[in-house]
Amino acid sequence: MPALLELRGVSLSFGGLHVAEGEVVSVIGPNGAGKTTLFNLITGIYHPDAGDIALDGESILGLQPHVISKRGVSRTFQTLRLFLNMSVKENVMAAAYGHTRAGVFRSMLRTPGMRREEREIERLAQERLAFFGKRLMGYRWDQPAYSLSYANRRRLEIARATATNPRILLLDEPAAGMNPAETHEMTELIGELRTEGGYTILVIEHDMHVVEGISDRVVALDHGVKIAEGSFDAVATNEKVIEAYLGLQAAATTK
Amino acid sequence: MSDSTPHGLHEGPAVGQDEWVARHAERTLLRGGPLGTLEQRLRRVPWWAWLILFIAAFSLLPVFEQSGYVRRVSFDTVLYMLLALGLNVVVGWGGLLDLGYVAFYGIGAYAYALLDSDKFGIHLPTLVAVPLIVAIGAIVGLLLGLPSRRLTGDYLAIVTLFFLQLFQTITTNGDSINGHNVTGGPNGILRVDPLHLFGHDLAVQHGGVFAVSYLYVALGVFAIVFVALRYVNESRTGRAWRSLREDPLAAEAMGMPVNWLKLLSFGFGAAVAALTGTLFASLSASVFPLTFYFVLLITVYTMVILGGSGSQAGVVAGALIVGPMLEVLRDASKSRVVFFVALVGGLVLFSRRSRGLGIVALATLAVGFALHAILGAIDSSWIAGEHQGGFAGVVDHWVVAPAHLARWIQPASYIGLIAVVLLVTLVQGRLRLVLLVPTLYLAAFVWENVMLAKPEPARYIVLGLMLIALMILRPNGLLGERRVEII
Repeated sequence: MPALLELRGVSLSFGGLHVAEGEVVSVIGPNGAGKTTLFNLITGIYHPDAGDIALDGESILGLQPHVISKRGVSRTFQTLRLFLNMSVKENVMAAAYGHTRAGVFRSMLRTPGMRREEREIERLAQERLAFFGKRLMGYRWDQPAYSLSYANRRRLEIARATATNPRILLLDEPAAGMNPAETHEMTELIGELRTEGGYTILVIEHDMHVVEGISDRVVALDHGVKIAEGSFDAVATNEKVIEAYLGLQAAATTK
Repeated sequence: MSDSTPHGLHEGPAVGQDEWVARHAERTLLRGGPLGTLEQRLRRVPWWAWLILFIAAFSLLPVFEQSGYVRRVSFDTVLYMLLALGLNVVVGWGGLLDLGYVAFYGIGAYAYALLDSDKFGIHLPTLVAVPLIVAIGAIVGLLLGLPSRRLTGDYLAIVTLFFLQLFQTITTNGDSINGHNVTGGPNGILRVDPLHLFGHDLAVQHGGVFAVSYLYVALGVFAIVFVALRYVNESRTGRAWRSLREDPLAAEAMGMPVNWLKLLSFGFGAAVAALTGTLFASLSASVFPLTFYFVLLITVYTMVILGGSGSQAGVVAGALIVGPMLEVLRDASKSRVVFFVALVGGLVLFSRRSRGLGIVALATLAVGFALHAILGAIDSSWIAGEHQGGFAGVVDHWVVAPAHLARWIQPASYIGLIAVVLLVTLVQGRLRLVLLVPTLYLAAFVWENVMLAKPEPARYIVLGLMLIALMILRPNGLLGERRVEII
């Protein structure tokens, strides 16, 4: 299968990673393994010392984050970075910036073209929010993002990420801080993002039930090194992976 | 649940439900009773209706008030409103601390003075000069933004402050740039042309009184700027600005070119300031470097913060309050009224929480009158520094004014006031209430004996006190939206 996203010899010695179109790949590993760093490298927040990162065969190395977003890479943040004092709808509408055109002069004059585009952006936002059933609908649209519950904030971040019209979604611990029922819902949602949304997904997750439920392939990292790759079962039983996790557990119990 | 009224207190979601929790803030802000209903009705009036109403009311002002002074103050207030609107783009929407803002106002004024005066014999038509100057302002704003685009917070503030200083240095020393007199130095540029619209000059004076035409031109410009900025704020650019204010990293990751957006917001603020500068220069017929300095910067910031940074209506309200207030405070007898009204108002506001404060107020009054009577009886020089008549007369029977102690009264009363204020904040309960009595009296004493002798610093001190009180009561300004900080 041709790779949609490909990392070659990126210097944190990932050793390479590729994600094919339509695939859901999970990245696992103990805390500090370099998972979020991997996301920061792909989205252009960090720059690798060596190696190359290619999207659909074209290098995106050294591009500014907003350009990479425009090329079709979107993400959520482990530590939730919503625009808290903006409304739920505006959070999603703001992310349409990259693929809309109206300049400041057209906006000041409110030309028909600009207004048409505004309506389209609003429709897009409603559609993206509707993806989450009733959770982010109705009265919530005009609520400030800070009024949302933790789980809804995670959902809103995903809705916002999809509003950039990405080809690949990078989800950083989408189920963190959720209860078992919500975690189950998130697992199904990621499946729907693939089947109905048509997104290719690279996801960091600690919850093994989620990882098992969604992944075509699993990549395990430890100390910035790829220690295993393959199906969930293969990686979950991999000796190095168990060692990495158990080692961490042992360290935690001796405290 | 879906058919419940948006503000219904009883038909809403059940206590503890998701929606109930989400609407908590909304509910606490709502007032009950007829006032609350009125407030809700008023909230539904669209912004443009308010704007039309406001402009109409403002335009009627010169019809009822013929005095040139009031007209001039109104004109200056419109300029303040414009400046506040421009600063709101940078500070309120972009979230960038721009301390060089008034330099752009100066650039606009100086550019107009250079392009429309006898200085170099250039007399560009107004309709050419003004757009040109707005463009110059925007470009200089972009240029200043260029080296600072990677800076935020304190660092950006320092760089922009440096720019304001640079502007000062250039205009003050601009009378000999390579031997050429460009800016006129400290003497400024005189005999600047008035605005020239539709074939004739707009005279500043009309029959010896300030001409209304400038007020109307300024109001027209204000309306256009208000609507234009409003539309930009409601576009993708405005949303991107606010995203950048909230979280620049997330904004960048969501496809918004953060650096460019910062430059753009600088450019917009600068363009509005430069436009306002042309109005100022054409009316004043002269420009001097010191007009565009810290006092003005602080005043415009006060307006934006007091009104509610981020809210257009808020910053306009801020300008409407602070602008005329500074004028009122120039006059000792009026500023005295403002001071005592503020003092009593502050007490009333706080006494909603504690009934003891009512007693404190009465006690303070009693102590004052008693002290005045006793000291006056012992030695008449204790009350010799008094003023006469009206409101002042009442105050004078209350606050002692020892003429014979004038030399050391200033440092002593200041130190005393600071000491009791500190004490009041340190103690709790009854003792605090008791200590409030001398504190209030001493505050009035300092005001009467020290401040009134120096109206210029006094008016800024009153303004500062207002700002402190407001920040305690409404941290987001008069009309600012409730905001949370990102933790």
